[in-house]
Amino acid sequence: MITVRVPKDAGALSLGAEAVARAIDRGAKERGRDVRVVRTGSRGLYWLEPLVEVETVAERIAYGPVTPADVPQLLDAGLLEGGAHALRLGDIAAHPWLASQQRLTGARLGIVDPADLDDYLAHGGYAGLAAALAMAPADIVRAVTESGLRGRGGAAFPTGIKWQTVHDQKTARKYIACNADEGDSGTFSDRMILEGDPFALIEGMTIAALAVGATQGYIYLRVEYPHAARALAAALAAARERGYLGRNLRDSGRDFDIAVRLGAGAYICGEETSMLESLEGRRGEVRVRPPLPAIKGLFGQPTVVNNVITLASVPVVLARGAAFYRDFGTGKSRGTIPLQLAGNVRRGGLVERAFGITVRELVYDYGGGSASGRPVRAVQIGGPLGAYLPESEFDTPLDYEALAAKNALLGHGGVVVFDDTVDMARMARYALEFCAVESCGKCTPCRIGSSRGVELVDRILKSTNGTRAADLALLDELCDTMFNGSLCGLGGMTPFPVRSALKHFRDDFLRH
Amino acid sequence: MNEATINEAVQRALARVGAQPGPLLEILHAVQDELGCVPAAAVPPIAAALNLSRAEVHGVVSFYHHFRGERPGTTVVQLCRAEACQAMNARALEEHATRRLGVGLGETTPDGRVTLEAVYCLGNCACAPSMMVDGELHGRVTPATFDALARDWSAS
Repeated sequence: MITVRVPKDAGALSLGAEAVARAIDRGAKERGRDVRVVRTGSRGLYWLEPLVEVETVAERIAYGPVTPADVPQLLDAGLLEGGAHALRLGDIAAHPWLASQQRLTGARLGIVDPADLDDYLAHGGYAGLAAALAMAPADIVRAVTESGLRGRGGAAFPTGIKWQTVHDQKTARKYIACNADEGDSGTFSDRMILEGDPFALIEGMTIAALAVGATQGYIYLRVEYPHAARALAAALAAARERGYLGRNLRDSGRDFDIAVRLGAGAYICGEETSMLESLEGRRGEVRVRPPLPAIKGLFGQPTVVNNVITLASVPVVLARGAAFYRDFGTGKSRGTIPLQLAGNVRRGGLVERAFGITVRELVYDYGGGSASGRPVRAVQIGGPLGAYLPESEFDTPLDYEALAAKNALLGHGGVVVFDDTVDMARMARYALEFCAVESCGKCTPCRIGSSRGVELVDRILKSTNGTRAADLALLDELCDTMFNGSLCGLGGMTPFPVRSALKHFRDDFLRH
Repeated sequence: MNEATINEAVQRALARVGAQPGPLLEILHAVQDELGCVPAAAVPPIAAALNLSRAEVHGVVSFYHHFRGERPGTTVVQLCRAEACQAMNARALEEHATRRLGVGLGETTPDGRVTLEAVYCLGNCACAPSMMVDGELHGRVTPATFDALARDWSAS
């Protein structure tokens, strides 16, 4: 029996992986070969998807990108023995793009069958939970604090400190709420974990529950991720069946279970208090803080709110120790960050590295420059609320402090590449338009400011008279009001893309 | 869609997920999954069952882009408009799609076959531009691949 691995990751499926898997299965049968097609997540080398891996006796040999039409020819060329072919890539783990990475959180992506708990266990899964079960709750919190792990969703708040606050609350009910509302354009690492290694998230949430004394978890999953919803449902069922969730989990005397709640297409629900409102079945309008969710969160109870990557990074911290994790990274940015390279780039995908690599290394060494072959003009880092950086700033390291010093932010780690055909005035207008579409409406700077901003950019682009300078100054003032006066990051951070476009690409506003 | 059909769908949704804490979104999902939309007539029975005002329920339905007041076309096509897709010519694809189908974003073709919608990120940003067709994701979409898929929609 030969095992062939074909991703079931949504990105791979979007490029035809389902048809490739079927073609291999059918083609092997026609040739009288005994083949087991296992569906994995993606390793994150998206320009090579669908990436097919064959387990020969000695190694795993990869081929890609494979189309269904390639399959008969591949089989005839000895695909099942790792035979020579133009699409043969060899051992993909040795590919420089992957071998140079430090995959801690995404260590199992593309390797394990996301629905198979035994496969997870065989690849180091649940070692973190085993360690946590032997520890006092306060010691689990301390390990997470000492690891230096900060929230990977964008706010970069120290995870251990948040957990400590929830741990210290003396209430009977506490919650773990996982933010899987990955709405930022250019980001997909949550989706890759949810689809490719969902047990890592479940394990991380379970450890969080042990640490703070929570009995119920919720995963707030965006409705745009139907593939992730299916993968999660399968993994949760398997974990429950094997006693990793539910009453008295792993004979610990502790109870914890997880429910998945679907979002409904509102970007704002990625903001933590808006997400809590939505989980409670209301309009996703942001809450005024204080109180913090760690003190009064879901249903008024103390709640740990962390995003997928943060929680999925917890098992390795517990399994390998806080020092192991902390030794990656630089300054106050400890551990690894799954960067997502997207947009107009030749080799896009998931690059998990210790903090500290520069934009230039990411865009050129990993990305290979633009997909169009034209010069790269700008990158947007951190989603639709992130700043645009010009080529002259590409030596900036991708860590929290270095980006903050450039009036930029890392956000959820998405980096979107644009070539020289991009019109940055148009992108600034889009940022404001997006804010207007997605504003929850609760505060005026965001609700009204975004719409006035769109009008203002339109006026600047149309104006031929002397009002342009005044309008540009007014746009800057509007950004100031939104930045300082908004209740949450949507209105408060929309000025980042607008102002960075104005600063670095001012000519684009003047030449229309 | 008559009132009895709507009521039955609401009652089934309430029976299935109504006992959960904070169940309104789950109920709306269940109703839309069954009926293809959350019709206005579904609001009063949901409000009554949850002891909410009709305004509160309507407020939730209208807040979320995902919930529709009317049934969509046979095929729902969601075009991503977010930055990573824009960097890969999503605007040109959007123009092509609206021209080819003869409808704007948020509209349904007169024959009721296709609803075209905007979506803001499908998480497929390394394979841009992306679109979702009835829950199936497509990456690196070109006008030519769009047309090839569109032939299926008009045939269905």
